[in-house]
Amino acid sequence: MLTYTAKRLAMAIPTLLIVITVSFFLMRVAPGGPFDGERQLPPEIENNLRAAYHLDEPLPMQYLRYMGNLLQGDFGPSFKYKDFSVTQLILQGFPVSLELGGLAIGLALIIGLPLGVIAALRRNSTVDYMVMGIALGGIAVPNFVIAPILALVFGVLLAWLPAGGWNGGALPNLVLPVIALAIQQIAYIARMMRASMIETLGSHFIRTARAKGLSERQVIWRHALRPSMLPVISYLGPAIAGIITGSVVIEQIFGLPGIGRYFVQGALNRDYTLVMGTVVFYGVLIVLMNLVVDLLYSALDPQIRYDD
Amino acid sequence: MSTPLLEIDNLQVDFRLPTGTVSAVRGVSFSIHEGETMALVGESGSGKSVTSTALMRLLPEMTHISGSARLGEQELLKISPRQMRRVRGDEMSMIFQEPMTSLNPLHRIGRQIAEVLERHRGMTGQKAQQRVLELLRQVGIPEPERRVRSYPHELSGGQRQRVMIAIALACEPKLLIADEPTTALDVTVQAQILALLKDLQQRYGMAILFITHDLTLVRHFAERVCVMRHGEIVESGDTATVFERPQHDYTRMLLDAEPSGTKAAVDTQAPMLLEASDIRVRFPIRKRLFGRSEYFEAVRGITLNIRRGQTVGIVGESGSGKSTLGRALLRLLESQGSITFDNTDITHLDKSAMRPLRSRMQVVFQDPFGSLSPRQTVGEIISEGLRVHYPELGRREREARIIEALQEVSLDPAMRRRYPHEFSGGQRQRIAIARALVLKPRFLLLDEPTSALDRSVQMTVIRLLREIQRRHDLTYLFISHDLAVVRALSDTVLVMKEGQVVEHGTSETIFTRPRETYTKTLLKAAFMSSEHAA
Repeated sequence: MLTYTAKRLAMAIPTLLIVITVSFFLMRVAPGGPFDGERQLPPEIENNLRAAYHLDEPLPMQYLRYMGNLLQGDFGPSFKYKDFSVTQLILQGFPVSLELGGLAIGLALIIGLPLGVIAALRRNSTVDYMVMGIALGGIAVPNFVIAPILALVFGVLLAWLPAGGWNGGALPNLVLPVIALAIQQIAYIARMMRASMIETLGSHFIRTARAKGLSERQVIWRHALRPSMLPVISYLGPAIAGIITGSVVIEQIFGLPGIGRYFVQGALNRDYTLVMGTVVFYGVLIVLMNLVVDLLYSALDPQIRYDD
Repeated sequence: MSTPLLEIDNLQVDFRLPTGTVSAVRGVSFSIHEGETMALVGESGSGKSVTSTALMRLLPEMTHISGSARLGEQELLKISPRQMRRVRGDEMSMIFQEPMTSLNPLHRIGRQIAEVLERHRGMTGQKAQQRVLELLRQVGIPEPERRVRSYPHELSGGQRQRVMIAIALACEPKLLIADEPTTALDVTVQAQILALLKDLQQRYGMAILFITHDLTLVRHFAERVCVMRHGEIVESGDTATVFERPQHDYTRMLLDAEPSGTKAAVDTQAPMLLEASDIRVRFPIRKRLFGRSEYFEAVRGITLNIRRGQTVGIVGESGSGKSTLGRALLRLLESQGSITFDNTDITHLDKSAMRPLRSRMQVVFQDPFGSLSPRQTVGEIISEGLRVHYPELGRREREARIIEALQEVSLDPAMRRRYPHEFSGGQRQRIAIARALVLKPRFLLLDEPTSALDRSVQMTVIRLLREIQRRHDLTYLFISHDLAVVRALSDTVLVMKEGQVVEHGTSETIFTRPRETYTKTLLKAAFMSSEHAA
């Protein structure tokens, strides 16, 4: 298992390299630069600034310099938040994003799994159609539509919850963004759990369990649940990636000081180093999470053993 | 005679489907006495499995069951679901056709056996563990102390079926329903499982309802037999009488469908068509970037010559390498050794150089459902090879060849516009043969072409294969695990085991005077050895 983990990590290096390279050059292709603003800087000052950040060098040189610094763990300084390094900004924003994302995934599992199971057990009933209808809606409506609606209805019109802001992570401030982030994942997980549960219930070993004389409850709890959850477990990797990209939008809409907001603002401001820093961070996170999910899978399914 | 253990009267099972009601079992009546083995025999779709599943009340909810089924004092069709659950796994238990998938893949086998003991006997802990070990020992699992902690995927198919038997026998049932318990297993394993069932039957004094499509098994295993067809019992009685003096036409037809006849040997001077020497095929198990990769050798140095017009049969159990050898000979798989086909050395030809030769060597595979593209019409399937090998043919000529090929396999040419799912298994296999024949090949690789078919359909396909062989002077390499079919079709036979040839000789010699122990074991397991005939 250790060798397997090491192998997977080694295989992640080319993936990350491609992600970093593509984002680096894409960023530079976008028109404008970090020092364009409403107030035009005098050319001498701008030139000095550019020289200070090595932006006057040819692009390949800049690329090599960036990669060199990255290897030493240095994400470089932010162009916009001048007193902060990118590393500091990420470390500042990460706890916020982690809390938000973790709660969203948790909520998605707590609600999505039972919904899927209920729909599967009451297959082709009104309950099933209702759950699946709502799930379809959850998938069809993107979170950047759901989030403002939630903020408008519960934050402004009903005024039950704050419509935005972090407030040090107070619970009322968390409710709406977490729900907005989780809805799509709830829908996916419920649908997946339903399909997988139906498949499991039709399998031969469930017939064996019934032939043993077990009650329906025992059949489901002991024999059907765990195998049905396996596909959902392997979906958690992509789900985490989805939550991360979703949080970019959600943090912006609810004005939360997470990494996602730095990412958006960095992109708008052409804050090259900040955007690159978040991209690398996200990339590493997604790779690691996928690995964790695969290891988790092997812990749940004895047929999968990583021994080399 | 004493009162029967199980008495079934006028059992009727209807499936209520959106498209209407389908009656799968229609007025079936029979009874089983204590300690007796009764066989329910029939071809696919005869309703034999539905009957047994209905007795266990394991059918889906949209089925309607009527009639009566009494197990001792209990009316199985009337008691509450809760009472039924008390019967299942305790007084009456069942083993199934699919040993590979009938056990929960995520639970250790010990736990799966102990579960029944807990459910019906309230046994837990040490006491249950003791009984589990005892059961594993009784069903012949080696090293039960270690195996009890195994997961199903760590066991072979035969061992898994043994575990299923242990689960079924844990509470010493009065009746065991065995639904095709050996169909998915190799013949030698089948023989072991059947012997085990007989042995346990005597020890526990239970009755067995044995469901099978295999008449040979019925003859050796059951005291009484009911022959089913289209949901009805057409004939029943004690096995010896039914086999010797069948009353119903259908029974007679089934008995006649057992493969028979032999193929005359080919002139020893007939020209060689395929010569292969020292064929080896290996598959990587573990690839390493540095150091030696590990390989599994599936075929280990086989030499084989086939003359024009000959049928060489290859028999062996699963994993013996017989299909791999077949594919290697046609260069569908990379191999070592040399192969000459029709006086051309094809050992080192690459894909494009092989292509013109492909029209002369064709293949028919086992799975009549998976090997025809579901999105192509029968005509398109058959003509695809023509488009590759004879691109110059016009539309009309191609049509003419398709029609000719379909007629050759006795299918109505009008069927060429239909899709594979509209055909039965036997018809699909005819389509697959037509697809091969349309290119006018000299050599056909037949890889278990009849294994998925009912005996009566199998017989017609065998007859067809014989006929087209004669008509076109075809050469066959016939791969099968079914000894009876191989005997009926081949003039030379190769017995394979673990990638090597165990015995090689004329069909006559192999089946009547086998030399090697393994060949003898195979024949005995298939009830084909001369000791049995005597």
